Amino acid sequence: MHSRIIGLLAVAAGTAVLAGRASGQETMRLNGAGATFPQPIYMKWVLEYHNLHPNVEVNYQGIGSGGGIRQFTDHTVDFGASDGPMTDAQIQAVNGNVYHLPTVLGSVVPTYNIPGVTAQLKFTGDVLAGIWLGQITKWNDSRLTALNPGVSLPDQDIVVAHRSDGSGTTYIFTDYLSKVSSDWAQRVGKGTAVNWPVGLGGQGNPGVANIVKQTPGAIGYVELIYAIQNQIGYGLVQNAAGRYVQASLAATTNAAAGAVAHLDPNTDFRISITNAEGADVYPIASFTWLLVPKEMTDMTKARALLEFVWWAVHDGERYTTDLSYAPLPPRVVQLEEQRLKSITVNGQAVLPRDYRGR
Amino acid sequence: MTDVAATALEPEAGPRLTAEERWRALRTVSRGDVIYRSVLTILALLLPLLLVLIAAELVVNAMPALSKFGLGFLTRSTWDPVQGEFGALPLIFGTLYSSLVALVIAVPLALACAVFLTEFAPRWLRTPVGTLIELLAAVPSVIYGLWGIFVLIPLLRDHLWPVARHVLRWIPVFGGVFYGPSVLAAGVILSIMILPYIAAVSREVLLAVPPSQREAGLALGGTRWETVWRVILPYGRAGIIGAVILGLGRALGETMAVTMVIGNRHEVSASLLQPGYTIAAAIANEFAEAVSDVHLSALFLAGAVLFLITIVVNALARVLVWRVARGSAVGSTAV
Repeated sequence: MHSRIIGLLAVAAGTAVLAGRASGQETMRLNGAGATFPQPIYMKWVLEYHNLHPNVEVNYQGIGSGGGIRQFTDHTVDFGASDGPMTDAQIQAVNGNVYHLPTVLGSVVPTYNIPGVTAQLKFTGDVLAGIWLGQITKWNDSRLTALNPGVSLPDQDIVVAHRSDGSGTTYIFTDYLSKVSSDWAQRVGKGTAVNWPVGLGGQGNPGVANIVKQTPGAIGYVELIYAIQNQIGYGLVQNAAGRYVQASLAATTNAAAGAVAHLDPNTDFRISITNAEGADVYPIASFTWLLVPKEMTDMTKARALLEFVWWAVHDGERYTTDLSYAPLPPRVVQLEEQRLKSITVNGQAVLPRDYRGR
Repeated sequence: MTDVAATALEPEAGPRLTAEERWRALRTVSRGDVIYRSVLTILALLLPLLLVLIAAELVVNAMPALSKFGLGFLTRSTWDPVQGEFGALPLIFGTLYSSLVALVIAVPLALACAVFLTEFAPRWLRTPVGTLIELLAAVPSVIYGLWGIFVLIPLLRDHLWPVARHVLRWIPVFGGVFYGPSVLAAGVILSIMILPYIAAVSREVLLAVPPSQREAGLALGGTRWETVWRVILPYGRAGIIGAVILGLGRALGETMAVTMVIGNRHEVSASLLQPGYTIAAAIANEFAEAVSDVHLSALFLAGAVLFLITIVVNALARVLVWRVARGSAVGSTAV
C-alpha cells in the first residue's frame, strides 16, 4: 500500500521534472509594489503577459506610492511603482541606481455640486488655486462669474473637498496648482499629502465624490477615470494656450506629447507635465512611473523584467483605453526604448542593441 | 480526583499539615500536569510580550520624529507633509473630543436600556430586545460609516440642524457653518457603535445585584424607581464604570466609521459642527502614501500617543473602579 503511493509520487515527480525540461525554462517570479492608481492596468498586463509567457509570473501589490518607493529602496521588490517621482534625497538613498519609466497617464478633474446649475463651468488655474486656498469662498465671486458669463451662479458658500489619504491624485493636482499659482507654491506646495488651507477630507476618489454629491455648494477633485466610470460631470480647465479644455484620454496623452516634444534624450523622465504647452492639452495630467534599477545583479531576472516592461509600454498600451487610462505618446515610448537598452548587469547591457520585443 | 482535591482544600477535613502534604503530593505526581502548566505559562507570557513588542516597535519607529519635534509634537497644530512639520494636537483633541461626545450620548441611553431590561421590561421582552442591542455590535464599522454618509449626515444637516439652530446657535459648541462631516456626526456614529458594549455589560452587572438588595429597597418603602436609582445602580457602580471604560476604549480606537464622517481636517475647533480628525483615522489615511521618512515616523509617533492615551485611560479607570468599589460588591472585577 505504502510502496504503491510512493511509486505513484515518484512517477508524478518524474513527469513534473520532464515537463519542466520540456519547456526548457524555470518559472521566473518578478515582484513589484507601489502606486494604487495604475494597479488595474498593471494587473491586466500581468495577466496578459502570463498568458503569452507562462514561465513569467509578475506579482504586483498596490500598497501605495510611498510604500513602493520604500520597498524599492530596501530592495525587497524587483521593481517599484509611484505616482510621484522620487525626490533627489530618495534617489541618493539608492546611490542613483534608479530609472523612472512612465507607463500610463492620469489626469485630475474638478467636480462640483451647485444646486440649480447644470452648465459645465470654466475654471482657470488661478481660480482653482483661489478656491482651494480659501480666498474664493462664494460661488458668485466675481472671478468665477467673469469666467462663466451666462451662468447664474448662486450666492452660496463653496465647500471645498480634498483627499484625506495620501494619493497620486493629490500629487497631480497640487503640482498643477503650484505651477499656476505662486501663492499656492509658497503656502502649500505639492505632494501626495499636503497641509490643506481649507476643506473637508474624503477618503479615496469615492470619498471626495461623495462629499461633493452630498453637500450643496461643494467642489472637489477626482481622477478622470473615476469621473468617467461613475459618470460624474466635471468642469473645463484653461490650459497654457488659453483654451478651455474638457478632460479626456486624448487630451491627457496630448499633455505628455506637448511636454516631451523638446525633451532631452537623456531625460530621467521625472518631469512634470502639468500645464503643458499645446492647443488641445488638458493641463492637470501626469505620468505614473515604474522604478527600475539602472544596474542589476541577476542577468536572468533583469532580462525577464526588462522584457516585461518593454512589452507593457508597447503591446500593453492597447489595453489602456478599455480601462480608461491615457496611453503614452509614441515619442515617450521611443525614449523609453533607449532607456531600457541602457540598463546593465555587471556593466553588460541586458537587452541586445537591436532588441524589438520577444 | 475532584473529591480528593475538594477534601484536601477543605480546612476542616483534617489537620492542616496533612492537607498541605496531600495537596503537594497531588501537585507533583503527574507529568502531564507539568507540561500542561508550562504550556499555559508560556501562552500567558506570550500575550504581555506581544504588547511589549508592539510598544517597542512603535517607539523605535517614532524616534526620528520624537527627536525632531520633541514634546512640541503634542502641542502644535501644523500637519504639513510637504515641509515635514508635524504636530498632533488636532489629532489628540479630535480623538478625545469625539469619544467624549460618544460617551455623553451613549452612556445615558445604554444605562436606560440596561435598567429597563433588568427591572421594568416584561420577561418575554427581555431576551429579544437584549439580543437586538447586542447585534448592533456585530455590524461592521464600514457599514456604520456608509450609514453616516448617506443617512445620518443629511438628516443632521438638512432636517435636525435647521430646527435646532434657533435654540442652540448661541452655545459656543454649536458655532460656525454646518456642512455635515463633523465631530458631531462622528460622535453620534461612535455612540451607536459603543452603546451595545455598555448596555450589555451594564445589564450583566445589574442582573448580578442580589435580590436581597432589591427587596430591602422595596421593603424600606422605596418606589421601584427609587430602588433602582438609590440601591441597585449604586450597588453596581464599579461594574458600570467598567462598562463605560470598555466603550470608551472602543471609541478611541475606531477608525473606518470615524474617518468617513468626521471631515478629516487637522484643526482644533471647539464647535461640534466643524470637521476634525482622530489619530486612528490619520494613520489609516496617510500611512500607505507617506513618502518621506519623517512623515512615516510622525505617524508612528501619533500611534504611540494613542497607545499611551488608552493606557492612561485604562489606568484611570482602574483607580476609579478601586475607589468606588469600596462599599459596592458587584462587578468590581468586571474590568
